[in-house]
Amino acid sequence: MPEITMLEAIREALFEEMERDPTVVALGEDIGVYGGAFKVTEGLLAKYGPERVIDTPISETAIVGAACGMSYLGLRPVAEMQFIDFIACCFNQVTNFAAKSHYRWGAPVPMVLRGPSGGGVHGGPFHSANPEMYFVHTPGLKVVYPSTAYDAKGLLKSAVRDNNPVLFFEHKFLYRRVKEEIPPDDYTVPIGKAIVRREGRHLTIVSYAAAAHTSLEAAEVLAKEGIEAEVIDLRTLLPLDRDAILNSLKKTNKLLVVHEDTQTGGIAGEIAAIVCESGFDYLDGPIARVTALDTPVPYSPPLEAEFLPSVEKVAAAARELAQY
Amino acid sequence: MTQKLTPEQHLELYYFMQLNRQLEERLVRLFRQNKIVGGVYSSLGQEAVSVGTAYALNPGDWIAPMIRNIGSLLVRGVKPREVFTQHMAKYTSPTHGKDGTSHFGDLKVRHIVSPISMLGDLIPVMTGVAMAGRYLGQKIVAMTWIGDGGSSTGAFHEGLNFAAAQRAPFVLVLENNQWAYSTPVARQVPIRNLADRAKAYGIASKIVDGNDVLAVYQATRAAVNDCRAGRGPALIEVKTMRMKGHAQHDPAEYVPRDMFEYWKGRDPIARYEAYLTEHKLWDANKKSEIDERIERELNEDQKFAEESPLPLAEQAKEGVYCEGCHTIEAEWRRDKKELMPPVANVEAVWKIADFGGVRPELGPEAQVATQGNPAEPKRSPKPTASPDEEVAVENQQPIRVPFGRGPKDRVFERERQERQEKHAAKGPHPRHRRRKR
Repeated sequence: MPEITMLEAIREALFEEMERDPTVVALGEDIGVYGGAFKVTEGLLAKYGPERVIDTPISETAIVGAACGMSYLGLRPVAEMQFIDFIACCFNQVTNFAAKSHYRWGAPVPMVLRGPSGGGVHGGPFHSANPEMYFVHTPGLKVVYPSTAYDAKGLLKSAVRDNNPVLFFEHKFLYRRVKEEIPPDDYTVPIGKAIVRREGRHLTIVSYAAAAHTSLEAAEVLAKEGIEAEVIDLRTLLPLDRDAILNSLKKTNKLLVVHEDTQTGGIAGEIAAIVCESGFDYLDGPIARVTALDTPVPYSPPLEAEFLPSVEKVAAAARELAQY
Repeated sequence: MTQKLTPEQHLELYYFMQLNRQLEERLVRLFRQNKIVGGVYSSLGQEAVSVGTAYALNPGDWIAPMIRNIGSLLVRGVKPREVFTQHMAKYTSPTHGKDGTSHFGDLKVRHIVSPISMLGDLIPVMTGVAMAGRYLGQKIVAMTWIGDGGSSTGAFHEGLNFAAAQRAPFVLVLENNQWAYSTPVARQVPIRNLADRAKAYGIASKIVDGNDVLAVYQATRAAVNDCRAGRGPALIEVKTMRMKGHAQHDPAEYVPRDMFEYWKGRDPIARYEAYLTEHKLWDANKKSEIDERIERELNEDQKFAEESPLPLAEQAKEGVYCEGCHTIEAEWRRDKKELMPPVANVEAVWKIADFGGVRPELGPEAQVATQGNPAEPKRSPKPTASPDEEVAVENQQPIRVPFGRGPKDRVFERERQERQEKHAAKGPHPRHRRRKR
């Protein structure tokens, strides 16, 4: 099997789900004829036709609203945000309409809302955001954020088959940078399960998306110094795999959380609270975090590099923690 | 064309309007007795709108009512006990106490989508319902309501524009009850007729006396029929009056007293009663028979609600996610194979009819005509297929700029030919070459 990129893996998942199930439809801005701003949906229109691949106006509220309506008749719409930053434009439809539907009146919304997220590509303040925590704070949603091609494909399939609104974040820095061989079979990756990417015994680094790769690189650096870091990739932020975090902590007794989201209100805070509630006795040091700065995502390369978590920052924090 | 109603249907309209009014009067009493934990939003004076519009739908159609459309719910088969228990936050309510008022629905049987409090959101949602119905081959119409106030939201615009671009079978009832909470229409919108907004979306619209149930019914029925025939969405502005405050706590002191008097003289139920009498569609016996039936049904359902238990505290955490509790199935009314490959091989280049420029040679009026407003008399009386079907057939997207009327436009035609010849001489554009697969 040849290696494919994360972007191609996402595209494969879309093709295969649409092939498997005629209730799966795709809608979004420029996804049909143009194939999407990042070409994720390229070829979808030619194969499945304009009834199933719908080019919409620039109306995020209409896209998500219509997807909710479609799901009530048993369709499984996959809606694209051209950039996930634009999800702000339909915040109400996502958080008040879709998220509360099942709780309020028992109407499931089997919808996927996917889009390119994250920085590192000089997209500036409106094309680089990581808005996942707005939605992690919204009961009724599921929030998925893969870091590998294999996971992206398997998790997107799970998302399409899920009966709840799933937000699927695709880190655009990883789109064409991560590659791997993907098995040819129809596999899924379960939503809500983290994975240990690297085993270690001196500390646990919990991360996800592009920051998981940063963390793994830092772990390589640390290994040369004799510090063995265990790296956990969350893959899903809501529901959060608490057990995976606590089990690793039981072994290493030290915890560093790394994310590309800004610091205040980021998931590191939630994880720290969980550990304090349920894993305090395992701790042999303070819970540390390396995150983006509490600023909008700046445009200029030196500013953006300063904004993002880096291998050096993660390694430095891990070193300090290991020596505590 | 007007739809002839049978005498029984005439009486049914009365039954639903009176049931709507009596039910809400009881809600007010229960509110005053502190038996309703939240708000009560009266639709007094607007019963003809809720009932007349919903009555124009077929059983398979879908609705999403707003807060003042309890009458529409009743027409769709909702029982008063569901409304009582919702307001009283009982476990026996359709939402088991999770939400109140008319915030409930029924996907499977009565096809009701629950509203949310954020106005306008139901418009894109019901556009999606209409699109899905068409996709599945169901021939349904989706309907929702919006107030004069809600018509100023962004969701209203995004939804209606998308519905229009998709020519979705969607009817929007714009219920102009003169007041958005305490703010009169004139202070919200600089136009007298909110139906004018339909022009901007290129969809059909009409204005109806919202206190005349038969006029509301006939106008809606015609719009629903057009919609079902594939002529795209329609907007109906019904002019009526909210005869109470925004909710029970609001005495509406900001409304001029003589305005209430004016509309009181146009009370929809009193008017309809006079109509039924004048046309000998009932007599005093028949009226009391219906009124007694309403009284009986309401007594029984109110008793049920009052005796119902509140939910248990531990149920608060149940039901956030659907994990196998619902089976999601689409009701196909067409062959699924039509939607599976090989579908028409759509080329990755659009067809744009007239390249979209200003055409001063046609004059300003012609510019307006090219907006393709289906309400304009020029429009083809033939039902139009869904835009999607059209793409599949002609590989042409739903951009309905009527370039087809162009033969008269010789200048433009000549320019086009010249351009084509020039391009033919040069060979394909490099960008097109690159796109070819």
